[in-house]
Amino acid sequence: MKHPFAITLDSGSSLANLTGSWRTDRPVYVDRLPPCNHACPAGENIQAWLYHAESGDYESAWRALTQDNPMPAVMGRVCYQPCETACNRAKVDDAVGINSVERFLGDEAIKRGWRLTPPKAETGKRILVVGAGPSGLSAAYHLRRLGHTVVIYEAGPVAGGMMRFGIPKYRLPRDVLDAEIQHILDLGVELKVNSKVENIRDTMKAGGFDAAFLAVGAHIAKRANIPAGAAAKILDAVQVLRSMEGQEKPLFGRRVVVYGGGNTALDVARTAKRMGATEAIIVYRRTRERMPAHDFEVEEALEEGVMMRWLSTIKRMDEGVLTVEKMVLDDKGFPQPTGEFETLEADSLVLALGQDVDLSLLDGVPGLELKGGVAQVDTNMMTGYAGIFAGGDMVPSERTVTVGIGHGKKAARHIDAWLRGAVYAPPEKHELADFDKLNVWYYADASKTVRPTLDMARRKSTFEEVQKGLDESNALYEARRCLSCGNCFECDNCYGVCPDNAVIKLGPGNRFQFNYDYCKGCWLCEAECPCGAIKMVPETI
Amino acid sequence: MTDPTATATANQKLHFYQKGTFTVGNRLVPDTERSVQASIDRSNALTCGHRACQGCGEALGARYAMDAAMRATGGNLIAVNATGCLEVFTTPYPETSWQMPWLHSLFGNAAAVATGVAAAMQVKGRKEVRTIAQGGDGGTTDIGFGCLSGMFERNDDVLYICYDNEGYMNTGVQRSSATPPTARTATTPAMGPEPGNVFGTGKSVPKIAVAHGIPYVATATVADLHDLERKVMKAMGIHGARYIQIHVPCPLGWGSASHDTIRLARLAVECGMFPVFEAEHGIVTSSRKIRRPVPVAEYLKPQRRFAHLFKDGGDSQRLGHLQAIADRNIVEYKLLEPEEEAG
Repeated sequence: MKHPFAITLDSGSSLANLTGSWRTDRPVYVDRLPPCNHACPAGENIQAWLYHAESGDYESAWRALTQDNPMPAVMGRVCYQPCETACNRAKVDDAVGINSVERFLGDEAIKRGWRLTPPKAETGKRILVVGAGPSGLSAAYHLRRLGHTVVIYEAGPVAGGMMRFGIPKYRLPRDVLDAEIQHILDLGVELKVNSKVENIRDTMKAGGFDAAFLAVGAHIAKRANIPAGAAAKILDAVQVLRSMEGQEKPLFGRRVVVYGGGNTALDVARTAKRMGATEAIIVYRRTRERMPAHDFEVEEALEEGVMMRWLSTIKRMDEGVLTVEKMVLDDKGFPQPTGEFETLEADSLVLALGQDVDLSLLDGVPGLELKGGVAQVDTNMMTGYAGIFAGGDMVPSERTVTVGIGHGKKAARHIDAWLRGAVYAPPEKHELADFDKLNVWYYADASKTVRPTLDMARRKSTFEEVQKGLDESNALYEARRCLSCGNCFECDNCYGVCPDNAVIKLGPGNRFQFNYDYCKGCWLCEAECPCGAIKMVPETI
Repeated sequence: MTDPTATATANQKLHFYQKGTFTVGNRLVPDTERSVQASIDRSNALTCGHRACQGCGEALGARYAMDAAMRATGGNLIAVNATGCLEVFTTPYPETSWQMPWLHSLFGNAAAVATGVAAAMQVKGRKEVRTIAQGGDGGTTDIGFGCLSGMFERNDDVLYICYDNEGYMNTGVQRSSATPPTARTATTPAMGPEPGNVFGTGKSVPKIAVAHGIPYVATATVADLHDLERKVMKAMGIHGARYIQIHVPCPLGWGSASHDTIRLARLAVECGMFPVFEAEHGIVTSSRKIRRPVPVAEYLKPQRRFAHLFKDGGDSQRLGHLQAIADRNIVEYKLLEPEEEAG
C-alpha cells in the first residue's frame, strides 16, 4: 500500500487490542430466585407469569401460572399472599399486587374459556385421590398432566372441600370455584362424590390403583368443655359454615358469640352478621397481636361491625347468657386466669377452636405413623406405607388453601417418580435475589393499585363478594410494577452502560452475552443492572 | 433524519412503564421509541479495544453522544477531536477506535478546525454532512477557550461537545478551570490552610455559552442516557453554534471505584452540584428535576479527591460551603420545583 508523506504504517482498528487481558473479575449472567417465588407455598413461578402479563399476553401468563397452580381465580381471592409479604418492591413503595393480578388472570381464563393443557400421552397408571379439596384437586391435576388416570373419591356431595364448606361466599363466589374445578375435571379426571373411603387399602385393591394420595382435610371441630345449661345453644364453626351451603341455614339468634381467634372465627362472625345478627362478638383468650387470624381479615370484620373481646375465656353458658373470665398475659405471653368474672348476653355460642382430622380410613394400615392427630409423611409426601401419600390439612402444616395446593403438586411429582421406581429430585434452587442485589434507581415510582371493595351496607347484609377485581388496564399497570428481581428482563442496561462495548445483544428473548475479549472487568454492568442478574466472579489464572 | 421531537414525546410516554422508564431499553415499547444505545444497530462510533481505564465515564459519554448524532444525521458526520484522554486512548498510532470520520489537530484548536470542516463541507456542496467538535474540559474550558468563543460568536454550524471530567486526567490529574473547589489534584494538593482546589476559582462554560446567545446550550450526564440522547438529537436538528457539556466521572482522577462511574454522575445531579439544563438563544428553557435529593456529602464521600473533607470528624466548614454551592444551583435552575405540565 502506498502511504502519504510521512506515514509509514497502515491504519488499523483498536479491535486488535484485546483489553480483556486487563480483567481480574469477570461478569457473568445469573438467574436468582425472586423472593415471591421463594415464599409461595404453591411453588408458583410468579415472576415468570407476571413477565407475560406485563406485555399484555394474559393467556401465556395464565398458562405459565397454571403449570404450578390450576386455580388462580380461587387463589387470587383466598390466598394470604406470602409472596406480597416477601416482595422486594415493598421496600421501594408497596408490594406488587401479585394476588390481584393472579385473580385477574384466573377470571380472564373463565371469561374467555381458556382450557388447561391435556396430557400428551397416557401412562396407564391408576391413582386414587381421596378428598376433593384444594390439595386433592391439585394432586389430581398434576397427576393427570403427567398422563396418569386419576379418580377422586369425595365424601361430600360436591367437590371443593374447605374452599366450599369453610370459606364463605363473600370471599369466594361459588361460580368461580365451580369453574376452576371444572377446568381440572375437563382434563379427564374422574370425580366420585358421596363416596367416603372407609378403608384405604380395600378401596385401592378394589379399584386397581397403583398409588393413592390422601387429602381428607380436617373437618372435625375441636370441642371445649364448657358447662352449659339445658337451653344453651352451642354450635361449632365447621357445622355452621357447612350448613351455609345447604338448604337449612344455621339459626343464630340476635346475639352471637364466637369463641376463637383464627380466621374461621372471623368467617363465622361475619357470616352471622350477614344472616341478620345484631351483634357478633368474638371472644378470644389473648390479644389482637397474638391472634392467629390474618390482619386484613380482622380489619374487614371490624369494619363490618364485628366486635372483639380480648383476654377472655368462656366458663359457662346458660340460656341467653355467658359467663366470661378475664385473662392476663404472663411474661411468656400465655393467658392466665384472673378470677374476675363477667356475664355476656348471647343467644348462641359458636366454637371456632380449630379442627381435627378424621383418620379412620387409615385404620389397620401397617407402617403408618400418626402423631398429634395428623398423618406423618416423609419429605416426599409418602406415609410409612409404600404407595400411600398424603397432604393438605391432614399432615403437619400450616392449614391454608395455598399450602394444600402446594402439597398436591409436590405429592404428584413424587408419586410420578415413585411409580417409575425413581426418586424425584427437585431442581436446585438459585441464590435468593434479595433487596441489596437490586439497583432500584431504575424503577419509576408507581404505588400499588387498591382493589375496590363492596359498599358497607351490602357487605353487612348480603353474601356478595367483598373484594372486587382489577380491570385490564390496572392489572397491566400492576404487573408492570414487578421488579423482576434476579432475572434479566432485557432492559439493555448492561448493553448500554459498558464503556468498552463488550456486551453483545442477542435480540428479543435471547438476552445478552459478554465479549470477554474486550471486557475490562469494571463492574459497571453489575452495578447498574436493575434486577441483580449479573454477578462478578474472580478470574482464575 | 430523525425528528427530535418524536424522541422527546417517546420519552414522556415511557413514564407509563414502571419498569423501563429509566433503563437503557424497554422491551415493551416499539423500537423507534427506545434509546439509540438500546439498538442492536447502534453505530458504536467508539468501539472496543480502546485504552481508557476501567469504568471510564468519558468513553461511555462519547459513545452515547456520537451514536445519537450518527443516528440523527444518518451517519453523515465528521468529528474533530481536541487533544486529551479521549484522543489518546482512542487513537494510538496507527490504531483507531473511531468508526466514523475523525480528525485530530491540536489541544486548543478543535473548535476552529471544526469551523473549517463545516465551511469546507459547505463549499463542497455537502450540506448533509454535519460537524461535531469534541474535547475534554481542559481542551475546552482552558486551552481551547478562545477558539470556542470565536466559534460561538460567529455562530458557526458546529456542535461542540465537552466531556467534563473536571481536570487534566490524561497527563496526571492536574487542575483545570472545571475542577470543583476542594478537589485534590496533582497541582492542588490536599494540604495547607486551604486544601485542594480553592474556592472562588474556575468558570461555568455552559453559562458563558448561554451568554453568547447561541441557538442551543445544554448540560447532560452519563447517568441519564435518555436525556443525553434527546439533547444531542435536538442539537443536530438545529443549525448554528451549539454546545453540550456532558459530566463524565473519572475513576482515575477522582479516586473512585470503576463501578461507581454512573452512580457518581447520578449523585452529582441529585445533590445539585451538576445542574442539568437546556438553554436556547441565551435563555434557560428547562432543567432536569432532582428525583431523590441527597446531601453533597453523599456525592463527595466515595471520591478520594475529597477524602480530606471527611478526615478527623469532617471539615464541616468546607462541606457547608460546597452544600451552599449546590443549594444555590437548586434555586438558580429550579431543580426541585415540580415539572410544568406540557401544554
